[in-house]
Amino acid sequence: MSFWEYANPVKFLKLSGNLLPYCSTLAAIMILTGLGWGFFFTPDDYKQGATVKILYVHVPSAFVAINAWFMMLIASIVWLVRRHHVSALAAKAAAPIGIAMTVVGLVTGALWGQPMWGTWWEWDPKLTSFLILFLFYLGYIALWAAVEDPDTAADLTSVLCIVGSVFAALSRYATVFWNQGLHQDASLSIDKEEHVADVFYYPLIVVMAGFVLLFITLVLLNTRSEIMMRRASAIMARGKI
Amino acid sequence: MITLILRDLRIAVRAGGGFGLSLAFFFIIVIFFPFSIGPNLDLLSKVAPGTLWVGALLACLLSLERIFALDFEDGTLDLLATSPIPLEGVVIAKAFVHWLTTGLPLILLTPFLGVLLGLQTSGIIFLITSLIFGTPALSIIGTFGAALTVGIKRGGLLLSILVLPLYIPTLIFGAEAARRGSEGFEMQTSILLLLGVTLLSWAILPFAAASVLRINLR
Repeated sequence: MSFWEYANPVKFLKLSGNLLPYCSTLAAIMILTGLGWGFFFTPDDYKQGATVKILYVHVPSAFVAINAWFMMLIASIVWLVRRHHVSALAAKAAAPIGIAMTVVGLVTGALWGQPMWGTWWEWDPKLTSFLILFLFYLGYIALWAAVEDPDTAADLTSVLCIVGSVFAALSRYATVFWNQGLHQDASLSIDKEEHVADVFYYPLIVVMAGFVLLFITLVLLNTRSEIMMRRASAIMARGKI
Repeated sequence: MITLILRDLRIAVRAGGGFGLSLAFFFIIVIFFPFSIGPNLDLLSKVAPGTLWVGALLACLLSLERIFALDFEDGTLDLLATSPIPLEGVVIAKAFVHWLTTGLPLILLTPFLGVLLGLQTSGIIFLITSLIFGTPALSIIGTFGAALTVGIKRGGLLLSILVLPLYIPTLIFGAEAARRGSEGFEMQTSILLLLGVTLLSWAILPFAAASVLRINLR
């Protein structure tokens, strides 16, 4: 019994069908508990007041946004190496979720930045590299949409994902370098996880786990519908001939 | 490979090759900046390095589609794929020709545009240095993008969406080097990093571009 057995679409559908109810319920429970805990049962920060609670949406969405790309990278490599269709479809399924999380991260960041830093936007390395990540997602999704043949599309987007990862990492370091040249605003570096007090930390962990589960749920759902779409189009093609 | 380079060069320079087009585009883009920002030379000389870099990047983008499109349509690319030269070599040749016909003329035009934007001589020298090190990266990255979209009809807009994010590191390091140079700061680090990006791109992207070409020719 190997892990790769789930590359078989039938087995994958069965397993994901079984997992989905648990994943989605657990995700809902954890997000609701974490957010409720964070919003109503933790004190306001002495400096930031109630705005500190944006943390509970901002950090998890940013976390998922970045790791969704890593998941796509791994799935793309698996597709290129082992040619499992489920893997390619999972990468395709993760992209819209990743870009949505990126937008959520950016928007909540702006909402938080406005009262705290007095600006909606700052060309800080972290913010900038997130914007760049958004662009990479955009290109990836656009390429999937543009190529008609599904296998060609999977191949091309996989290579793009790998090359994109290299350049996204380069951009990340480039922005760090670039902004030091502009101004030395180290106070804006948002290294939150290490600088978060325990009161805020525990609910945050719960919400983050919830977001990860939410991501898994959505990826499974999207992959399942992609597989079914693929089947439907295969049936239709057969019907025509 | 040399034959291929000479052939592509001849095609590019002859009528209909669009050789001068990206150059003219670069010229127009750059002289549009004073119109939009205002004729204040102090301000213009401050934004000049960035302006010229963005202009070069856009001009480069404009000519990318031609790299493979014609050869793909008339079947030359299939012949090249089955020829004794590895496809990676073909990619390198194509990117090199693209640089010769786009990057090099842009660099030669830069001093004049730099004067128009009020850059000092030293600033122009630094700008040209950064362009010499940076434009080869633009060519090879663009060639990869062109290889990705070669099978797509009306892929022009998609090509720019795919390629522009990949240009970000080159643009940042290149424009940073030019700006630091023109403002009299030390620029060695950014030049070295820019060179690093260029060399990395030339090292890995021929393989990536050749593999996507093979996928597209399947």
